[in-house]
This record gives sequence, structure tokens and C-alpha cells, in this order.
Amino acid sequence: MSRSVSQKNTRLARKLVMIALLMFGFGYALVPLYDVLCNLTGLNGKTDSAAVNEVIYPVDKSREITVEFVTSLNNSAPMEFRAETKKMKIHPGEYYTVNFYAENRTDKSMVSQAIPSISPGVAAEYFRKTECFCFTEQKFKAREGKTMPVRFVVHPDLPKQYKTITLAYTFFDNTERSVKK
Amino acid sequence: MSAIVVEHEHDHHEHGPAKGLLRWVITTNHKDIGTLYLVFGLAMFFVGGAMALIIRAELFEPGLQFVNPQFFNSMTTMHALVMVFGAVMPAFVGLANWMIPIMIGGPDMALPRMNNMSFWMLVAGILLLASTLFMEGGSPAAGWTMYPPLMLQTGTALPFAIFAVHLLGISSIMGAINIIATIFNMRAPGMTLMKMPLFVWTWLITAFLLIAVMPSLAGAVTMLLTDKFFNTSFFDAAGGGDPVLYQHIFWFFGHPEVYIMILPTFGVASTIIPVFARKPLFGYSSMVYATASIAFLSFIVWAHHMFTVGMPIAGELFFMYATMIIAVPTGVKVFNWTATMWKGALTFETPMLFSIAFVVLFTIGGFTGLMMSIAPSDFQYHDTYFIVAHFHYTLVPASVFILMAAGYFWLPKWTGHMYNERIGRLHFWLSAVSVNILFFPQHFLGLAGMPRRIPDYAVQFADWNMISSIGGFIFGASQLLFLYIVIDTIKGGTGEKVTNEVWEDAAKHSLEWTLSSPPPYHSFTTPPTVIPTEHI
Repeated sequence: MSRSVSQKNTRLARKLVMIALLMFGFGYALVPLYDVLCNLTGLNGKTDSAAVNEVIYPVDKSREITVEFVTSLNNSAPMEFRAETKKMKIHPGEYYTVNFYAENRTDKSMVSQAIPSISPGVAAEYFRKTECFCFTEQKFKAREGKTMPVRFVVHPDLPKQYKTITLAYTFFDNTERSVKK
Repeated sequence: MSAIVVEHEHDHHEHGPAKGLLRWVITTNHKDIGTLYLVFGLAMFFVGGAMALIIRAELFEPGLQFVNPQFFNSMTTMHALVMVFGAVMPAFVGLANWMIPIMIGGPDMALPRMNNMSFWMLVAGILLLASTLFMEGGSPAAGWTMYPPLMLQTGTALPFAIFAVHLLGISSIMGAINIIATIFNMRAPGMTLMKMPLFVWTWLITAFLLIAVMPSLAGAVTMLLTDKFFNTSFFDAAGGGDPVLYQHIFWFFGHPEVYIMILPTFGVASTIIPVFARKPLFGYSSMVYATASIAFLSFIVWAHHMFTVGMPIAGELFFMYATMIIAVPTGVKVFNWTATMWKGALTFETPMLFSIAFVVLFTIGGFTGLMMSIAPSDFQYHDTYFIVAHFHYTLVPASVFILMAAGYFWLPKWTGHMYNERIGRLHFWLSAVSVNILFFPQHFLGLAGMPRRIPDYAVQFADWNMISSIGGFIFGASQLLFLYIVIDTIKGGTGEKVTNEVWEDAAKHSLEWTLSSPPPYHSFTTPPTVIPTEHI
């Protein structure tokens, strides 16, 4: 192999390695891109992760929407967790408060995080929460039970075809994770 | 690097391979490394095949017979990883190493030392992966897609499996860089890009796919690793992550990956069919553009693997239509192969038989793919045996058959001996019949609702599973014939003396047939003067 060809090969190989490294970075860049996309489109029913301010909307009395509340525990977390109301009829634009009850069933203190999800996913951007226990980690003492309110409004712009919205919460036992931190 | 180059220039006399076994460890010769890759690929084909037979044995009857469910899931996972990363990809890299320098009239691969390193890294990666079989908690059992959170429940094996994927990825990327550099810089004068044999073209495009997507897979599994051990929350909902994100990154790699396995297949088919049809390849340039289109489309269709995750309707529609468009360039290829055979003076030696079977059976796999591209129907097919049947049709009677065809086609060139044509044809007919007994019933099972990746099933699925398993065992046993033929041919085969061309008028199609059989250890140290153009 002549010297010039060999140099050309090395130069090309370097460029190609750079492309490979860039694509490794691209894999990581997909993480924030995905979050942005989810926020824009309501993909996967992701809701706001922080409280929104309470704004007064015109209440649409002509429409009634059923909101259902579903609770579950990840990986059989040692807790009790339920919604005090299973389902309610609401009007878009009006504020409502529902209570959830969660209890630590162990003899040790516990840190838990509830993760919300909305179905259908496209309705997520119209579902606004001004107060939710899911915005922060919840600390429970041994055997402690708590009643926690969620205050929400469904934006009056919600497209007409959505008659039922399901709000699902999953509680994750984060005790170990927060110890590591 | 420059010191090495100077030394090389002084050392320019002809020399053969080093003596002894060490030759195979330290070799930088493209033919030696090609042989290593091919032998390794064949060995892994039998290892992965043995795993498949464990799966088929367990599924022969309903109920749990031989293995526990955890091990069964390990087998589906390891079978896939071994076949994809250990058998099919290395075998095609082996063909690339052997044939690309010769086909373009170059003296060797562009970066011979890196070539050696990428082979041994592959071996290390596969050994690391295989070692997980003996670890506490067993080898990964979450499927080759390694979806979290299930994958994160793997025992001790998790970091080992992830580092194995890293090694395999780095090895493929180095191989790909080498192939691109070889094709760009090592071509003989007069060998313009549009005169290259189609096998070289398909590998050039495949190599770019590899460089573009293997790093994303490395990123995805690294995120799994940090989620498990370093408290990150990329895919952990408890920390604000999303498991579906993993699926997006994985399939951004995964979809091009399936084309990484099929594009070189197309290349070999386009090389073999014209020789036995005694006609130039029909539509050479349309083949090149079709390959490039398929490669481009592979980047924008990934979410058709995820129709059921709850995408907005616009997403479902986009990925559905984009997927359907792939049928167009693929159809161009199938029609071109058919047109190449049209009114040709066909003969049916073993490589041609395998290639024709490929065209027919790959088309079946293509059609079932089209069925699943329809998002609303896919909700029914998703994660059933229908998808298993689909991708096995595109991999076994397509990629694997073409690898067999390539073996029969080039073995006489590589060894200088003729293989036993009668046993070759027997191998073909046994394989072609049994592969259909094996996979065709899986379509019915899937449409009837049998889920994939389960060790036990409802009794109404019993009959077709039994037939499928019988086909599997015949297919597996038939492959021993191929092993016999390869060994027999290396040892001298039929004893018939093969010419340089081996196949009638093959030298009109491609440069390898102008060399002696077997070719000298160093070929085309001076570039060839006549470039064959019959294939165009």
C-alpha cells in the first residue's frame, strides 16, 4: 500500500469514527428530544410535572365528561393506595378536588413517588393540576397513612370526541433510590 | 502509523502465510480474516441452532417438558442474540473481507490491523455473552430487544450482557469503517463506483447503516446500565423516565439492523443469479438506487415495531405509510431478479437453487411484513407467532439461504476444490422443504392468537406446533450436511480440478474469477487492467 493511500485511509477512518461518536451522542440527545416531543403532543399521557396556576376558565355546562381514577402499585410496593372517588362527572373549565389515600404498610419509614398517566394520551395537555401529591416524593413514617388531595381542571378546549378521561397513578417505592442519593 | 507504512514499503516481496496456528491469531490478511469470520459464523449458526431446537423441543407439546420457563426465555433471547450478532452478521462480514478487495481489484482491506482487532473483539464479545449462561440468575431472558423494566430484572448477568453488546457493537463499527475505507480508497483504476459488483455496493450502504445505528444501541444499553447501577432514570418511571423511550432508541437501531442483515443478502443474490442465468443483471443502476432508498427509509420507520404503545394517530399513520413505501424499492429488486432470469439459459446448480428459493421465500416474508405495516391489523398480530413467522422468513430462507448459496458459489474459488453437487442438492431440497414445514404453520398459530416467547400454550395450538417442531428438527439435522460438505470440500472435495472461472463465463461478471482457484495469498498487488462490466 502506498503512503498516500495509507494516509487517505487513516483520514477517512478518523472521520468515520467521528460519525460513530456523534451517533452515540445522538442516542443520548433522543432523551431530551423525546421529552420535548411528549410535552408537545401529549404522547404517552405525560402530564405537567409541576403545579399550574389556577386560572379562571369559562365553565362549559353543556358538556359532561367522566373522569376515572385508577391506582396501582409498582412491583407490589408494600403500601395501600386508593382513590376516595372512583369516578366523577365534571364540566370542562370547573375546578374539582379529589382525595387519594396512601398508607405505608411496613414498620420502616418509606419514600414513595407517584407517577401519573392520562388516557387517552392526547387529552393529557387539557388536564391541568393545580395541586397533586405526585409533584414531589412523599415521605411516610412507619405505618403512616395520608389523605392527599388532587385539584384539577379540564380545559374547555378539550376536543368534543373525548367523553371519558382516565387518570392513573402508580406508586413507586423509592426508599432505596433516595438512600443511594 | 507512518512508521508502519515505511516498513511495509521496504518489505514488499511476496510472502505466504505465517507458519503454525499463530497465523490465525496475528493475521492481517483479508482472506485469512474472511475465513475466520466465516468459520466463526458457521460455528455460531450451530450454537444458535441448538438453542432453537431446545425451544422447538419444549414447544413440541403443550405443557412444560424439558426446561423451566426462565431458561426457555433465556433461550429465545440468546438464540436471537447469537444468530444476529454471532452468525448472520459475522458471516456477511466474512464474505465482505474475502470478496470485496478481490471484487474491486484491490490488494487487501484498507486497515488490516484494525481488521484483525475487530474479529477478535467479536470473539471476546460472544464469549462474554455466552458466559452469562453460567451465571447466577441465568443469562438475559427479556428478549433480544432487552426492554426495560424487565431487562433490569436480569441477575448477575446484566452488566456482562451489556458489555458484550458494547464489544459486538465496537467490532461491527470497526468492520464497517474498514469496508468503507476499502471501497473508497482501494479500488483498481477504472473501477468506478457504478462498475462495482452489486455485492460491494450493498455492503458499502450496509457499512454506513452500521456506523449510524450501532452507536445508538450502545447508548441505549449504556442507559440501561446506568439506570441499574448509577441511579439514573432514563427508563425508570419512578424517577421521571419512560420505558417507552428505550423502545424508541432501540428500534432506531433495530430497524436499520434488520436491513444490515438483508442488504448484503440482496447483494449476493444479485451476484449469483446473473451467473447461472447467463445474462447481465437486469437493472443494475436501479438496484443501486433501490438499495440506497431502502437504507434511507430504514431510518424513518422504526416505530412500526411499537404500534401498540399508544402513539397519537398521526404517528401511527406516518409510520404505517413510510413502512409501506419500503415495498416499492424492495419490489424493484424482486422484479429485477425475476427479469434477470427471464429467458436466460438457466442451470440449477446448488447456489442457484438456494438463490431462487430466496427470491420466492423472501417475497413471502415481505408480504407478511406488508400485512403488519397496516397499523390497525398489527394490533392483532403484535407479539404473536405471526411476527415470529414473518421475521424468520426474511432471515432463514433469505439471509441464511443466501449465505449457504454464497458458500457453494465461492467454496470452489476459496479452496480450489469442487464440492459434491449431489449432496449439495440434497441439502438444498431438505432445507427448502423443512424450512417451510418449520415456519409456515407459525403464521396460522399467530393469526389464531398464540403469543410469542412462551414455554407453554393452550391446547388448540398443539397440532401446528408439533408440525413446526418436526420441521425444525429436519431443518436442523439437514444443516449437518452443509457442515460435511464444507469440511469435505476443504479436504479435496470431488477431486475434480476447478478452473479459474469455476462457473461458465463467470469472469465476465466479476474479478474474483480471473484469479487462480484458490487465489494467491496476496492478490492484485498490481491492479487488474480489464474491468468486467457484464454485471452492469
